[in-house]
Amino acid sequence: MSKTKDRLWFAVFTVPLITIFATVVIVPFLSGIVYAFFDWDGIAANEKVFVGLDNFIKLLEDKRFLHSAWVTTKFTFLSLISVNVIAIIFALLVTSKLRTANTARTFFFMPNLIGGLILGYIWQFIFSDVFAMIGEWTGLNSVFYNWLLDKEFALYALVIVFTWQMAGYMMIVYIAGIQGIPEELNEAARIDGANYWQRLTRITFPLLMQSFTICLFLTLSFAFKIYDVNLSLTKGGPANATEMFALNIYNEIFGYSHYGYGQAKAIVFFIIVAVITLSQVYLTKKREVEM
Amino acid sequence: MKAKNYIFGTLLLLLGVAFLSPVYVMVVNSFKNRAELYENVLALPESFSFQYYVAAMEKMNFLTAFKNSLFITITSVIFIVILSSMTAWMLARMDDKLSKIIFMIFISTMLIPFQTIMMPLMQWMNTLMNVTGIPFLNTRGGLIFMHIGFNSSMAVFLYHGFVKTIPKSLEEAATIDGASKFGVFWRIVFPILKPITVTVMILNVISIWNDYLLPSLVLKDKGLRTIPLSTFYFFGEFTIEWNMAMAGLVLTIIPVIIFYALAQKHIIKGIAEGAVK
Repeated sequence: MSKTKDRLWFAVFTVPLITIFATVVIVPFLSGIVYAFFDWDGIAANEKVFVGLDNFIKLLEDKRFLHSAWVTTKFTFLSLISVNVIAIIFALLVTSKLRTANTARTFFFMPNLIGGLILGYIWQFIFSDVFAMIGEWTGLNSVFYNWLLDKEFALYALVIVFTWQMAGYMMIVYIAGIQGIPEELNEAARIDGANYWQRLTRITFPLLMQSFTICLFLTLSFAFKIYDVNLSLTKGGPANATEMFALNIYNEIFGYSHYGYGQAKAIVFFIIVAVITLSQVYLTKKREVEM
Repeated sequence: MKAKNYIFGTLLLLLGVAFLSPVYVMVVNSFKNRAELYENVLALPESFSFQYYVAAMEKMNFLTAFKNSLFITITSVIFIVILSSMTAWMLARMDDKLSKIIFMIFISTMLIPFQTIMMPLMQWMNTLMNVTGIPFLNTRGGLIFMHIGFNSSMAVFLYHGFVKTIPKSLEEAATIDGASKFGVFWRIVFPILKPITVTVMILNVISIWNDYLLPSLVLKDKGLRTIPLSTFYFFGEFTIEWNMAMAGLVLTIIPVIIFYALAQKHIIKGIAEGAVK
């Protein structure tokens, strides 16, 4: 009696969410795998043709896709460095006992709350018009010109905007890590005559390893999945030079109506993201055990 | 020593201000006319006229977009909090094989990027709409339904972890006193969950308010557009008129700044918890 009643309560509490979740996430994910093996233009009246692994083989010869994969890798690598270096510096600055530390923290974090799409538009103006004007004034035309029109520099522009967006976020994670370091450790080292740099490299950084792992992987997966800033800042241009993975998938499916082929890309995208995230979980867990 | 602290403190503050200089560029240029803007993009405006704000507000349909965003965000977050907390509590307390499997499925789907699901989701929603007659596409209700689905796994995960840390004794005492599961949850457990509820709310408000891709696929009618959507269409049409564009962007970030000012402490705490998970 009580067992049946428990079951009933279990269903009342969990079935509504599970139903929504299955409808929105599980079914589309599974059917997405099936779509990847078909050739289809997205028009319901047209036939879906089974092509086996052809879509996945085609990927390997798709120059635009391979270029997109390369650009995404490059972007992710550069962002990984710039976001984390700046985030650590910010975190160290705002955990100092300076009176303005809290205000500074508030400012550093703010860009993260503004949506990626809007950030991209703000910076579009800066890279096109503000940069052009600074170049004209200072005569440094080789550095300050419209970055968004240059294949190489448009990518750096994306790195800068992404850094502006994410540095504050990672700073929060590093702050949590720094605040977890016992005060006495630094105090004892100071008494023993260790200078700031020594304390930083011998005490703070080793004890921040956990935060490093978390931030590196978070940046890795956020950077890899970048879409909104990409769309609003460069639209993938000039000439597809900055078309990242996610935007490439979107364009393939909805731009060119290659529903099956685009979905195959989307599945590959999923596999890469899953590998990145799972290695993070694995590494973090492993380290926790060692500590 | 004191003077040194003062100098470093001022430098740090300046760094913070410099970091937000793009916001300055945005604000000053939203007041300038075309000639003034191209004369010097960094200078303060000569006069404060709000004409570009009025124009941008009208062109973006700002008030409608704001109302849509507000309605969609609040409704989605309320549903996410209610449904996820109930589910997570049950899964954590039952802790049998079935619960463990369901929980594992919830967590593992957090790996799936949105781009992997977007196309099949639209096809499937269309099919469902034709079969059941429920308007999943091009309605705010449909978008809310999808927001709940996408954001629930993270919420279930956070609630589940929190429930594990609270002792069962209170709930057991209440059960002996004759309270039903429903009563136990809403009268005793849910109030205890308050700190994590705040975190879940903050994280979801930020992600749903700023989401562009999902609404862009679901909503087609002009009158349904959210703020990111109307910003996108606005920019498609008016990029060359930077003063009006800047006024429009300032409008879109005002709600964000107000939210930040009101809930800063909770936001920072929520971000830290959500990231470390």
